[in-house]
Amino acid sequence: MRWMTRTAWAALLVAGLMSCKDKGASRPSNEILIGEFASMTGQTATFGQSSHEGLMLAIDQVNAAGGVLGKPIRVITEDNRSDANEAVTAVQKLISRDHVVAIIGEVASKRSLAGGGVCQQYKIPMLSPSSTNPAVTQVGDYIFRICFTDDFQGGVCARFAVKKGWKKVVIFRDVANDYSKGLTAGFRAGYENAGSVVAEESFREGDNDFKAQLTKIKSAGPDAVFLPAYYADVVKIVKQARELELNVPFFGGDGWDSPTTLAAGAVMDGCFFANHYSPDDPRPAVQSFIKAYQAKYRKTPDAMAILGYDAGRVMADAIKLAGKAEPKAIRDALAQTKDFPGASGTITIDERRNARKPAFVLALKGGKTSIADTINPE
Amino acid sequence: MHDLIQQLIIGLSIGATYALIALGYTMVYGVLRLINFAHGEVYMMGAVVGFHVTNLIARWRLPLWVSLPFVFVTAMVACAALGFLIEFLAYRPLRNRPRLVVLITAIGVSLLLQNLAQMWFIFGPTPQAFPPLIPQYSKTFGTPPNTITISNLDVLSFGLSVGLMAALAWVVLRTRTGLALRAVSYRFDTSSLMGINTNRTISFTFMLGSALAAVAGVVDAIRYDVKPLMGLMPGLKAFVAAVLGGIGSIPGALVGGMLMGLVETLVKGYLSSAYADAVAFVVLIVILLVKPSGLFGRYVPEKL
Repeated sequence: MRWMTRTAWAALLVAGLMSCKDKGASRPSNEILIGEFASMTGQTATFGQSSHEGLMLAIDQVNAAGGVLGKPIRVITEDNRSDANEAVTAVQKLISRDHVVAIIGEVASKRSLAGGGVCQQYKIPMLSPSSTNPAVTQVGDYIFRICFTDDFQGGVCARFAVKKGWKKVVIFRDVANDYSKGLTAGFRAGYENAGSVVAEESFREGDNDFKAQLTKIKSAGPDAVFLPAYYADVVKIVKQARELELNVPFFGGDGWDSPTTLAAGAVMDGCFFANHYSPDDPRPAVQSFIKAYQAKYRKTPDAMAILGYDAGRVMADAIKLAGKAEPKAIRDALAQTKDFPGASGTITIDERRNARKPAFVLALKGGKTSIADTINPE
Repeated sequence: MHDLIQQLIIGLSIGATYALIALGYTMVYGVLRLINFAHGEVYMMGAVVGFHVTNLIARWRLPLWVSLPFVFVTAMVACAALGFLIEFLAYRPLRNRPRLVVLITAIGVSLLLQNLAQMWFIFGPTPQAFPPLIPQYSKTFGTPPNTITISNLDVLSFGLSVGLMAALAWVVLRTRTGLALRAVSYRFDTSSLMGINTNRTISFTFMLGSALAAVAGVVDAIRYDVKPLMGLMPGLKAFVAAVLGGIGSIPGALVGGMLMGLVETLVKGYLSSAYADAVAFVVLIVILLVKPSGLFGRYVPEKL
């Protein structure tokens, strides 16, 4: 009788395994396949969702205008659940099973570094919309980005701190995060001579309780706290700081940009963050993008959305320039991107495969941002 | 000085949660000599159940003195049921197998629960804030900048832990089921000879420990947020706390939990915040080297 139970289990197991479907093994030649790996869910879910929405807006526009090289572009999106290991698996799947000719991703520098290694190995060009750690494009000559790097962004934050007269600053950084590490280095380089970093504390992305470190920060008596971290931790940290009566301004980088930060409302008042874009930017390219985005998604876009949008358009343009949907040609075309009229600014990809773009510093008040400063690249 | 007091308050508040979870580890180890690695996930499921229940009752606008106990009790009942199921389905069939087999099964159950929680129909992979249930306010003492702040959640967490542990002590020391629990912990085979239904006692132990973990889960969910992997670190740290206090000893779990909370907070506050998680595991290694039976445990040599 025992064989009946065992057979039942075996059948269940086989059924379970077979239900894991293989989505994209076929290769229709009447489409150009581009892969996207993004954090659609998990700790930094709004990053992936925003950049995906921006990208799809761009691709829909391109396809509506007839596609590229006479074919529509199809984006195959893989969710990496905000995890770097999953990012590697996602990129491997896109390359080896879906046979994409190019990849767009990721927002988070840590995951871009992880996915970039795979792309470089398989010689598939990768375009990051908003990873700012300098090391991302140093992985190899197949990795590009259309945003500024943390050398620049750190300097922007430092200049802003000096401008606000903050002489004593505490850096509260995320040890598990490459973005945080790079931005801290960039900030220190710019701030070293102008003010003093009275303390440096750290936490781990995903930690819940920061009160121990915040108590220590409070007793250091800073004028402001530099917090180069991602939005989920930022909101928790500022909230707990205010609970401890630590009321100095917190400021950080583009990792703050998320609907979650705005939704936190008044607790974030008096804080600032550097960013790639502001919805108050009066330039027509920005405003027409915002209108198109609002028409499609019924909400105001954030920086990840506009960069995802520009990444899609730059990629489509590169494929057109390349003349064929073939990874090496696309890679060479991407390297030649010059003065591309992006919604987030004019995009020229330099010899280190980075872009030089202006930065904004946004102030938070009442769940809304306003432009506190604009800094152009030298 | 005020800084130290503030860090102590933070430490005890965190430690109270670890103590509640550690109790589950220690009781299950006491009766079954099994380290139930799935226990951290029971804590997480308590948070998830609390999350869903609070969302469900939001529209009824119940007064706080009704809604708060209701949420806690529902989470406790749900996790007790979950604990029972885990024991019944995963551990009982392996009762007479080598301990390693059950250990691996426990790890498997842990992974299963973690991944189940990430499914859309249970919770999903993205962290979510707990819906409004208790207004959070803090009381600050002292003159700035020398202030000490206590939040009502710190008081709730500590109060619940101590209260529940007192209730647990009463159950274990003063009821027949508690007597059965202690008997099974002491000698498994002999207790069944004495007429104790060991299966029922073990189920009861799992349910009790899981209910306590559920309380910790709801408290942490309100304080921070709900994530499907939130049970990983607290589960490990509570396990260390149980070992520190003497695995199998109930007062040991309480003391171990508080100590772990204090150590973690003091390291974050006075040494370096980067080592806060690592220090938990250093404590584990040190206690196993120096006093493996833990602070309250007795070293029982195995007579072959």
